[in-house]
Amino acid sequence: MRRRLIFILPALVFLGLVAAFYAGLDRDPQLVPSALIGKPVPQFALPALLDGNAGLKTADLKGKVVLVNVFASWCVPCRAEHPLLMRLAKEGLELDGINYKDKPEDAKLWLVNLGDPYKRIGSDLEGTVGIDWGVYGVPETFVVDRAGTIRFKQVGPLSPGVINDTIVPLVRQLSK
Amino acid sequence: MIAEIGHFALVLALCVALVQASVPLWGAARGNGALMALARPAAQAQFVLVLVAFLALMYAFASSDFSVFVVAENSHSTMPLIYKLAGVWGNHEGSMVLWVLILTFFGAGVATFGGNLPPSLQARVLSVQAMIGAGFFAFILFTSDPLARVLPPPADGRGLNPLLQDPGLASHPPMLYLGYVGFSMAFSFAVAALIEGRVDAAWARWVRPWTLAAWCALTLGIAMGSWWAYYTLGWGGFWFWDPVENASFMPWLAGTALLHSAIVVEKRDALKSWTILLAIVTFSLSLIGTFLVRSGVLTSVHAFATDPRRGVFILLLLVVAIGGSLLLYALRAPALQPSGLFAPVSREGALLLNNLLLASAAATVLIGTLYPLFLDAIGGPKISVGAPYFNMTFTPLMTPLLLAVVVGPFLAWKRADLLGALQRLWVAALAALAAALVTLYLHSGGPLLAVLGMGLAAWLVVGAFAELAERLKLLRAPWRESWQRARNLPRANYGMAFAHAGLGFTLAGIIAMTAWKVELIQVMHPGETVPLAGLSVRLDSVEPHSGANFEGQRATFTVSRDKRFVAAMFPEKRNFPVAGQDTTETAIHTSGFADIYAVLGDSDGKGGWTVRLYYNPLAPFIWFGAVVMVFGGLISLSDRRYRVGAPSRRRLPAGVATAPGD
Repeated sequence: MRRRLIFILPALVFLGLVAAFYAGLDRDPQLVPSALIGKPVPQFALPALLDGNAGLKTADLKGKVVLVNVFASWCVPCRAEHPLLMRLAKEGLELDGINYKDKPEDAKLWLVNLGDPYKRIGSDLEGTVGIDWGVYGVPETFVVDRAGTIRFKQVGPLSPGVINDTIVPLVRQLSK
Repeated sequence: MIAEIGHFALVLALCVALVQASVPLWGAARGNGALMALARPAAQAQFVLVLVAFLALMYAFASSDFSVFVVAENSHSTMPLIYKLAGVWGNHEGSMVLWVLILTFFGAGVATFGGNLPPSLQARVLSVQAMIGAGFFAFILFTSDPLARVLPPPADGRGLNPLLQDPGLASHPPMLYLGYVGFSMAFSFAVAALIEGRVDAAWARWVRPWTLAAWCALTLGIAMGSWWAYYTLGWGGFWFWDPVENASFMPWLAGTALLHSAIVVEKRDALKSWTILLAIVTFSLSLIGTFLVRSGVLTSVHAFATDPRRGVFILLLLVVAIGGSLLLYALRAPALQPSGLFAPVSREGALLLNNLLLASAAATVLIGTLYPLFLDAIGGPKISVGAPYFNMTFTPLMTPLLLAVVVGPFLAWKRADLLGALQRLWVAALAALAAALVTLYLHSGGPLLAVLGMGLAAWLVVGAFAELAERLKLLRAPWRESWQRARNLPRANYGMAFAHAGLGFTLAGIIAMTAWKVELIQVMHPGETVPLAGLSVRLDSVEPHSGANFEGQRATFTVSRDKRFVAAMFPEKRNFPVAGQDTTETAIHTSGFADIYAVLGDSDGKGGWTVRLYYNPLAPFIWFGAVVMVFGGLISLSDRRYRVGAPSRRRLPAGVATAPGD
């Protein structure tokens, strides 16, 4: 009998696999974890995208709750999420932008055409600051608390659901 | 119209597969020859039908028929013809058609050339093969129709992902699929053997060539994928432990184990139920590999677009195919009594060790790939498992395996003298020591583990050929006798020597590139010169450059050593307006022993350009080694015992046809 059990083992292991796969079917692949959550914002300083404005650097993100949005004019999902960013800005959330691997003239045109929701925009021409932030695709959005610690990261475009259920409550809680 | 013919052919193929999956199986159970004989024409008809569907799809791509949804999504009228054709399998739907094309091709192969198989075994193998086919046809037709129309048709297509517009990648998926699907033959043979309740040396001989052919294709496919990643992605890396890569690597590990355990069944009539299990597991891993990346369960940088609706169907398919075969295994395998006994120190023992280590390695990769999923399923945190895990778990598993690879062939069957074998390996040991010392001299600052690794690589290469020299009594017997032995030695022995040596080359490349790669990332202005690993690299110019469907910049670098010209290199940056995507075209100059690798980055807007320069020592060895392995596999495949005489069951008591010198 014990000998038989060994032969049944592979089927049992597979059963376990199937259960995990089944549970994984509903998993949202967009929710990729970030190693940076709970860590302080990386040290960086970016030149301003818009002439005459301030750039974006680590110290700017301390003292209040800030959203940092990584965007580029060549990125289609960024265009899709842009109206949501405008809404967030209108609702009074502080939003800073990192313009990622973009041509500055294209990015400026983008802001003129679609509106500028950002308080500060840093221009990351070579994407090096993006690497420090662990960006692997645009758009991405980070929530940074008063102490300058990253508390949340959205990979891919924001959706009304994420904003209402996660980001706005989180910002509200962190702002208390 | 053509597309509809293709669609119709696929529906017919499903019907034929359903008949072939049931009638011959029933005939074999009843001993009815006429019903069993139905399997052969049915398998051939399936292949023809799928070929029609495949050609119809290819025609739609070649003629840029954007009323076909898949074409509109993945092709564009300005693409070069070769990439239009490669676009057929550059997407989920089309790649599934390629999958079944290869599946039915193998089935037709067994039907056409398997005349020497016992009729009942052939009928059962083809039935099992048709069951797999039926599942796939249903999957294609119900969830991923490749020939569906879109109305009204768009004016132009969305274009193939520019990263995929590359000759290396155009041929990479077909090779990989040849490997994946090739293992379906081993699977079908295993399931048929379980149904028959009989596994013997003859069975192993029928399975081995299919496994070997699949293994060669898979090895080449993986090597091509890694080579593509190396020169296209522009990171200077060659393996990223990405879920999709792991998906192809797991069947490779299991398939390699199967290749070796089938030898034990063939020669010694032992390890039977283990070999059957390996055959099932290898193909199961291929199935999981093909599907996991499409179901949305796992994500990866180069996964196809996923669709959760497909997920349930895929899971069902996996449950029936893998679960069914494992259940059959649980019921029938205990009846397969081993007849060959052996001591731990013996050729069989060495092959068993090989199997244990390879199976553990495959399990390690599986766990690493699926761990995030498991953790998530039980409500744990979301994590991703990266290269450090694999590097840490893989090294301790691979080191004893690679040490043993050389010793194993020196051991005799049944019971061997380990000390004697080791004594005959003094040449290889000397070579390993020499390689380690030379490495230490060249790179005194390098990590010690890498120095030992280079010794291990030399041990593999020299040891593989030392075994050959031993068999030929090279330098010990007169030349005439050695020559005579060389002619009589089965080709499988030469194949083994090359395959094992290839492993050594690949290992040397991986270690050297990991330990002594020189990397330089900086902003350069035209006219500027930087030193790189004893070379000087000058950026001459960056100029606009455009092609049929892209525009971009091209840089000119001049590489020299001590003022002597070495190479001119032209890395490019391309922008594909249709796809809205940028790609980098790396420039690689190779001397065979090292690569100089240049990537052009972005402009800083002030006349400077970000450039990445790498000096990758022994990098070409990684792929050269893989080619040597495949070469060894092909030599072994041409061994006459797979062609003549082998398949007659009665004539072959176990252990008769061992090589001379055993």
